[in-house]
Amino acid sequence: MSSPAPRHREKAQVLDETALDRALTRIAHEILEKNGGAKDLAFVGLRTRGVSLAHRLAAKIAHIDGTTLPVGTLDITLYRDDLGMRGTPVIRGTDIPFSIKDKTVILVDDVLFTGRTIRAALDAIIDLGRPTAIQLACLIDRGHRELPIRPDYVGKNLPTSRRESVAVRLREHDGEDRVVIEEPEEA
Amino acid sequence: MGWTRKDLLSMRELDASEITLMVDTAASLQEIASRDIKKVPALRGKTVVNLFYEASTRTRTSFEIAGKWLSADVVNFSSSGSSSSKGESFIDTAKNIAAMSPDVVVVRHSSAGAADLLARELPCSIVNAGDGAHEHPTQALLDLLTIREKKGHFEGLHVAIVGDIAHSRVARSDIHGMRKLGMTVTVAGPPTLIPPFVQELGAKVSYRLEDAIGDVDVIMMLRLQQERMSAGLIPSTREYARFWGLTLDKLARHARPDVLIMHPGPVNRGIELSPEVADGPYSVILDQVSRGVAVRMGVLLLLAGRKGGDGA
Repeated sequence: MSSPAPRHREKAQVLDETALDRALTRIAHEILEKNGGAKDLAFVGLRTRGVSLAHRLAAKIAHIDGTTLPVGTLDITLYRDDLGMRGTPVIRGTDIPFSIKDKTVILVDDVLFTGRTIRAALDAIIDLGRPTAIQLACLIDRGHRELPIRPDYVGKNLPTSRRESVAVRLREHDGEDRVVIEEPEEA
Repeated sequence: MGWTRKDLLSMRELDASEITLMVDTAASLQEIASRDIKKVPALRGKTVVNLFYEASTRTRTSFEIAGKWLSADVVNFSSSGSSSSKGESFIDTAKNIAAMSPDVVVVRHSSAGAADLLARELPCSIVNAGDGAHEHPTQALLDLLTIREKKGHFEGLHVAIVGDIAHSRVARSDIHGMRKLGMTVTVAGPPTLIPPFVQELGAKVSYRLEDAIGDVDVIMMLRLQQERMSAGLIPSTREYARFWGLTLDKLARHARPDVLIMHPGPVNRGIELSPEVADGPYSVILDQVSRGVAVRMGVLLLLAGRKGGDGA
């Protein structure tokens, strides 16, 4: 049985709706710049908010470049290194309805933290085929890496303490576009 | 929400949210079957023992495939060729296997309660893969997954379970599961093969095939268990096939055009199901088998992956 999650209160707002949108626009341009266009690119978003961000980046690239890139959904539960430590695994399924062979896969997540999720995602993607390259885009890089993983595209670098948490709120899930730092309420 | 049980012993003990969790987990694992590389590392380093004291094709094979796709080490035990033939008792064999530290033991036995006994005696997770005429929960779960994939929902569906209800652990598990999910169940068969307890489980009873299959969403045909058929329960196999066998003609005259035909296998062709029905467009019998692997992956994952799982 897991103990009830401690209550969090908002400490500071990091990105508002406009800033979040600008960050995604910049990342979309950087993706096109770094890869010399949109040829053979594909997005894979990590459940749950990474998927929404991947769709938004794909829409921006369609707007800038006119190319519609495929977007897949990755659930990394089966690749975690902490199964049995976090309570019942909830699996919501992987859905990548295109071949990733010979594609440059841009992995999209909302917050990059220890790097363990990305480690699992790399294994999961490679089990599905052999992409030409995998690049990593994240909206927030909050530091505290435990593995040698670094993002290719970052919306905002955000130094945090470990006891804080970063909440990315997106219209599709939370009814608003906003990123905030939260800290546990004092006991 | 969440899975906390050490064992999966029966559908009777589960509540609707636990059943739904199992079905949802299995549904999201189905995608693995369509991959080029059918393997994920979720249960790496876990050991699953299939302890089978009764013959089985589908159940044992699908547990073995499920375990292997999840990267568990799967060991198959069957009573023939083991020390059981030297007279070692069931519980002694099981305790010896448990001494080798498996994480999950999947057990099938001809005695009702065999899985419960192991769950009490052994520290590892136990999955009941069929115990006598008692329960077969993973079969019920795969039946439920198949129904939901084909019909889209559970609530309000009507299922007819036809045949040898008395000897059927599948019927018992199905009735428990279906009733908990808001489905209506009618059982039908010769009076000698319908035990009195089915009404206590909330199932309706019919003694005519033609009445039972009209206006239902699903027809679950059960195998006539000839190896358990003693003491004149039915006059003859031929008589049974004539009155209780499902044929295209009976389907066309009495059943709805969108009905699903299910069967837990193995099918006695020409007895409970005519070959044209078993292989026909209404039949989802092989879909059930495919989903059996996903269900067993889900069961192994939820049991071995539960918080503070075995050895932790």
